[in-house]
Amino acid sequence: MIELKNINKSFDGKQVLFDVSAQFEKGKCSFVIGASGGGKSVLMKTMVGLLVPESGNINFDGRDFLNIDYEEKKIIRQEIGMLFQGGALFDSLSVEDNVAFPMRMFTKWSKEEVLDRVNFCLKRVNLENVNQLFPSNISGGMKKRVGIARAIALNPKYLFCDEPNSGLDPITSRLIDELIAEITQEFNITTVINSHDMKSVFDMSDRVTFVYKGKAWWEGDKSLIRGSECKELIDFIKASEF
Amino acid sequence: MKYLNTFGEYLLFLKLSIGRPEKFKMFRELFVRDLYKMGNDSFGIVSIISIFIGAVAAIQIGYQLVGSLVPMYVLGRIVRDSNILEFSPTVTALVMAGKIGGNIASEIGTMKVSEQIDALEIMGVNSAKHVVLPKLAASIIAIPALVIYSMFLSNLGGIISVNFSGIVSVSGYIQGLLMDFDGFSITYALTKAFTFSFLITTISAVHGYKTEGGALEVGWASTRAVVQSCIAIIFFDFILTQIMLYK
Repeated sequence: MIELKNINKSFDGKQVLFDVSAQFEKGKCSFVIGASGGGKSVLMKTMVGLLVPESGNINFDGRDFLNIDYEEKKIIRQEIGMLFQGGALFDSLSVEDNVAFPMRMFTKWSKEEVLDRVNFCLKRVNLENVNQLFPSNISGGMKKRVGIARAIALNPKYLFCDEPNSGLDPITSRLIDELIAEITQEFNITTVINSHDMKSVFDMSDRVTFVYKGKAWWEGDKSLIRGSECKELIDFIKASEF
Repeated sequence: MKYLNTFGEYLLFLKLSIGRPEKFKMFRELFVRDLYKMGNDSFGIVSIISIFIGAVAAIQIGYQLVGSLVPMYVLGRIVRDSNILEFSPTVTALVMAGKIGGNIASEIGTMKVSEQIDALEIMGVNSAKHVVLPKLAASIIAIPALVIYSMFLSNLGGIISVNFSGIVSVSGYIQGLLMDFDGFSITYALTKAFTFSFLITTISAVHGYKTEGGALEVGWASTRAVVQSCIAIIFFDFILTQIMLYK
């Protein structure tokens, strides 16, 4: 479980996150939704340690992520997998080397063991015979799938996905959604997804946090969204549907 | 104040980037790739520039010596010392600032804006060390090696030019070339080469690493890296010359 308590973050004196508190449970897909510029990406970057908040607490299964030294933080980071909006694959490495990267960096596995795991991860995301291709030779959807394969390579406990559907056609979007949902349950991962794709939210979310103007404005189950009295949330949902 | 901040950021970046590699095997692979890219791919440009610099220096210095009381065979010695002390290390470094420096800044800048650096950090990798250290190690070997290569070629260029221009006989020129050679000039040239390679790589890397935005900002970072590397080279050329030649 990941717990956020009273996270505040500002840039050059302009506050972007205001006392954000939220919980993301293990084995579930938790969505963070909200309009562009509302603070979703800043919140995710803060959770994974790319940004440091001015105040607040972030706990990964009871481990305080903010008040530990670099080496201890590294251990938690190795338990994190992240799928970036653009894939963030290493341009100079082939698909195989991209997926193998975390294993080669952090394990002492033999070449054969690494290759077996790479092939397993690629097969898990329905990719085969692409090992020797480079990121520039594959489509956006394939990049996302390779990104997922790399993210699950070391059996992460936590999976963060930043707008996994952006720039994808509806069919590929659904495939990526299904894949994330399956992987979350299969490996019992705490998954946090940033999105403004309401179809994904209604199809696969277990818990939804609505971020509005840098605040955790509404939190609850997806079944409660439509009946909610939160005007900003309803406006956001309506705008997304048309 | 702004310059002090920038310098402070540069020092902090060095602290982050320099140290023992996290995984030596990965470092070795990147180092070999960078060494090949920096060294092998630069032979052509360094060869052309060095031969022509040596050739032009021989003609220009020969032109100034004609009619003077200085014997013409001294031409070889003056050209040799000019090449070894100044032209080879400084001009090679300036060319490398454009070629390698621009490349480093744009490569790291692209990694930054496409979130590849973030991906490394999230995995628990010290991204600065992972990306910069192999490049720094490679440049510290590649650039001094290219400078030594340039020394030979620029003197060869001098021989070719006197052969065609007939300013002095080739044997007379070679006699001057071998006259009163002081090994310290090589030490001085290599000290400059090591310093310049460190400056080119770290200045370019820090500009790449600080890039925010998109393709336009990557281009600016690359330009700034080249300009500032060139200024640093010229500045440290003066400082090292002052320190080492006038002790």
